[in-house]
Amino acid sequence: MAEIALHARRLRKQFGGVRAVSDVSIDVHANEVHAVIGPNGAGKSTLINLLSGELFVNAGSIMLGEVDITGLAPDQRARAGLGRAYQKTTIFPRFSVHENVRLAAQARSHAPLRMFGGIATNDEVNRRTDAAIAKAGLAGRESIVANLLSHGEQRQLEIAMVLATDPKIILLDEPLAGMGQAEARAIIALIASLKQGRAVLIVEHDMDAVFELADRLTVMHDGHVIATGVPAEVRLHPAVREAYLGNHGDAA
Amino acid sequence: MRARPRLPSWLVPFLCLMAAVALPFWVPTYYTQFASKALIMGMLAMALNLAVGQGGLVSLCHAAFFGVAGYVLALTSPKYDAASLLLTLPLAVLASGLAALAIGALALRTRGVYFIMVTLAFGEMLYFFFHDTGIGGGSDGAFINLKPEIAIAGRQLLDLDKPMAFYFVVLAFTVGVIALLLMLVRSPFGHALAAARDNERRARSLGFPIFRIRLIAFTISGALAGLAGYFAAAQFGFVAPEMLGWHQSATVLAMVLIGGLQSVTGPLLGALVLLGLEEVLKANLAQWKLAEGLIVIAIVLALPNGVRQLWPLLFGQPRQKPSSGKVAPETGRG
Repeated sequence: MAEIALHARRLRKQFGGVRAVSDVSIDVHANEVHAVIGPNGAGKSTLINLLSGELFVNAGSIMLGEVDITGLAPDQRARAGLGRAYQKTTIFPRFSVHENVRLAAQARSHAPLRMFGGIATNDEVNRRTDAAIAKAGLAGRESIVANLLSHGEQRQLEIAMVLATDPKIILLDEPLAGMGQAEARAIIALIASLKQGRAVLIVEHDMDAVFELADRLTVMHDGHVIATGVPAEVRLHPAVREAYLGNHGDAA
Repeated sequence: MRARPRLPSWLVPFLCLMAAVALPFWVPTYYTQFASKALIMGMLAMALNLAVGQGGLVSLCHAAFFGVAGYVLALTSPKYDAASLLLTLPLAVLASGLAALAIGALALRTRGVYFIMVTLAFGEMLYFFFHDTGIGGGSDGAFINLKPEIAIAGRQLLDLDKPMAFYFVVLAFTVGVIALLLMLVRSPFGHALAAARDNERRARSLGFPIFRIRLIAFTISGALAGLAGYFAAAQFGFVAPEMLGWHQSATVLAMVLIGGLQSVTGPLLGALVLLGLEEVLKANLAQWKLAEGLIVIAIVLALPNGVRQLWPLLFGQPRQKPSSGKVAPETGRG
């Protein structure tokens, strides 16, 4: 079996009396795309926020490789090797594409807060910046100010920024939301290529994309995991058909 | 775009510096003193702009850091002797820096309007500390009878009582502050600070320790405000609690807005404009404060990016080199 990049055990998160996530365990394997699906309110976004550190768990533990990151703040988790993209595109809108990605590479460099010298002097940062821009398909667009990009390109930019931090695992929250067909095809291809050498966890509503991309699926319902495994198995799982896909046949 | 020959980028700063050096030889002493005062306020405004413009941290307590350094000079000055600048200046800057570190460590846990209010509250606390206790003469303030001297082993190197010598020392420190701020703003640290200003969530999730970055910037900003406060106290030979009050903080914020948030030297220009305006209006109008207020409002409305916006209008020079698009538009330029 492949190496486990992220291992979350029995996570619980309560908002007042509501258990948004209870007893959720998930193993994300390296070199795989792991999709989390479930109806609205199933706790998917809460789960991704627990993993990235924007919310802290009430119980449970999160291991990134061999490192326990349960108590770490989001920036510390990022430096430990966890990258995330948001449901609503989150970039530096007034900076150029190049500067957006360069900042990401800088954040993971050896001296991210150096106070002297220019910003272009670190060869390692420059190399990772250029590589991430090329990988995300934004070569030639470097000098454009980020808020002038199309919605799809802003998504690509956000993924390029995550890539430039050289993460061990990437969390993607609904990467296809609000995207046209052609744009979506490009992003799907990009996401499929991300798993080489790292793990990808994706929350997505587009079932076609999920079944195309996912090597492994976890289905959530009411804050619980009701099934997890390879897509072909999960699809046939009775509880999944009951709770999520409904009895109307194959939603995929 | 108009095809005009572009001036080399070093030319304008160089000419400004030459003019500043030549100034005291051409104008009466009064104006040399006025120029010293303007440079000191310019230093304060540039220091504040590191927090406001680059960091997005609108602080209403920078006058307190300014005043703390002034009080350090007043309290360390012997009654009938001059204090040593080489000793008291670092002490004053250190005291302001520590005050900024302590206040920043608490205030930076809040955001936006709350941050403004918390800094205002801390600034007022320091104001009342000097106002209501006997330290430094309470509400009456304290005199600094003799300007600090620059002396090594008892030999005086520069007599700061001479307005011209004082002016050149202030000018040298102003140039130093500009150089330091330019270095910071263009460094990876400065870019990280600006990134956190534009999108805190993204900066954090990339791995930048936001709180630490902002606290460092706020502390440096406060320490530089202290540098300005030290010279202000030395120039006037007097410190009073008003030096720390929010009124002063707001005035400096107005200088920053007049000069423009987006460059290192803009606030210096803003200080020159505001103080120059005051000087002219005071001499000619009884209701000069009213006129000043209206003009400041007009400037801020007409030139939202500061008076430096006039530059391309007057000289038709593009602000941004089209070829160097990799440079982010709002990172500071000389």
